[in-house]
Amino acid sequence: MAYPSGPWADRARAALPALLSILAALALWEGYVHLSGISPLVLPAPSRVADQMAQNRALLWANTLPTLTATLSGFACSLSVAFLLSVLIDFAPRLRRALFPVFVISQTLPLVAIAPLVVLWFGFGLTPKILLVALVTFFPMLIALVDGYDSTEPEIMALLASLGASRARIFRTARLPSALPFFFAGLRISITYAVVAAIFAEYVGARSGLGIVILNAKNSFRPDLMLAAVVISSALTLCLFAATALIQAVVLRWRAP
Amino acid sequence: MSLLSLDRIGLTLGDTPVLDDITLHVNAGEFVSILGPSGAGKSTLFRILTGALSPDRGTVHLNDAPLTTSSRAFAYLPQRDALLPWRRIIDNTTLGLEVQGMTRKDARARVAPLLGEFGLDGFARHYPAQLSGGMRQRAALLRTVVQDRPIQLLDEPFGALDALTRMTLQRWLETRWQTARWTTLLITHDVREAVALSDRIYVLSRRPARVIAEFTVTAPRPRLGRALPPDAVVQEADLLNTLLTQTGETQ
Repeated sequence: MAYPSGPWADRARAALPALLSILAALALWEGYVHLSGISPLVLPAPSRVADQMAQNRALLWANTLPTLTATLSGFACSLSVAFLLSVLIDFAPRLRRALFPVFVISQTLPLVAIAPLVVLWFGFGLTPKILLVALVTFFPMLIALVDGYDSTEPEIMALLASLGASRARIFRTARLPSALPFFFAGLRISITYAVVAAIFAEYVGARSGLGIVILNAKNSFRPDLMLAAVVISSALTLCLFAATALIQAVVLRWRAP
Repeated sequence: MSLLSLDRIGLTLGDTPVLDDITLHVNAGEFVSILGPSGAGKSTLFRILTGALSPDRGTVHLNDAPLTTSSRAFAYLPQRDALLPWRRIIDNTTLGLEVQGMTRKDARARVAPLLGEFGLDGFARHYPAQLSGGMRQRAALLRTVVQDRPIQLLDEPFGALDALTRMTLQRWLETRWQTARWTTLLITHDVREAVALSDRIYVLSRRPARVIAEFTVTAPRPRLGRALPPDAVVQEADLLNTLLTQTGETQ
């Protein structure tokens, strides 16, 4: 064999096309900036953005941590509440009809308008960020769980009932594990929304965080620093996404390869 | 005295009369099949026995006492194997024991020696997705028989398998049944399977289901893997004809 094999080599080969297209886009961008002579105050070259990242690494790092904290604590809150509610709904299906319309409406509220209000009500601390992250991620997670429970095979339900299993036992043994693939699908989507929501919450009012770096850089006409912060927030999202994928691979190892 | 007897069971689900008048019995150690066209309400009958549905009319008796949900009389094998994909094979086969309150450790110790007999040696720690259809079905059968319930309910256990696997499993079940003599009630729409495995066969009409015929199969066992005696061949043809009158597809 001329090529290295094994799972990691396979994965690297699978990632190659995406890497190449990203590199090509960056090269085009860099080339355009140099050839057109456009002002870096309008469009900085990728090399300049990278340079800014290196120069401001202390500032960026210090502001990444608050964003990560806001994202994770908001997400943890929304996950716990979504889980508790999903269990209640599974045991008392009438709750679903009472609550779902309210949650659907909550998803129609424009974040742009709601975020400043939440900051106005709850101040510049962690609370408004947690609330906004939760607002964005709660309902998708709740839907994933509730639909996941309902995806339990009827034959498995019939089998457990014939074994004399209680409702709680059936939930624990069959419905909860059946929901796991749905849960992880929801998790991977929600975690990306969560970072965006945290940054937006910071943007409308905070003491620190990537959102604040972006806001300050915008106000001082520094698109290169803005883009540097954007790159960091993308990288943060990708890391969280990879972490959920990793957890999923471990938890769902029983699925057919 | 029969172990299980159903007397004039009738059930309407919504506006659909599903069971019209079902009277049948199963003796201890007997293998009884219920043969009927698809959609006749055979599975509904099992749902009544497992307590998922209550009949509108009629009675079910176990050992001459009315059946209650606490009778725990049946070990039920649904149409598909209903293995839990996230449990290893060993933990799938112990499921019934665990629900009954046995600890996982004790249940494993009880089931582990039986794995070989069910052709699952070396697969205890595999997940169901890693097994072939025939192996999965044997694991589901093991899960059913270790519960030590008086009667086994098998709902078309071989229906979803390919022809070759089905034949292998039927032979295997026949052999196993000859030694163990589990009291078994089997639902099927496969005439050959019913004749090969059963002591007695009830034929159901199309919906709403009534018992329209009862056959006693006397051919010596084992019946699979060799030619059936002539009277059993005649019986098979009779059964098929009776069944075909119910599908509206006789010539």
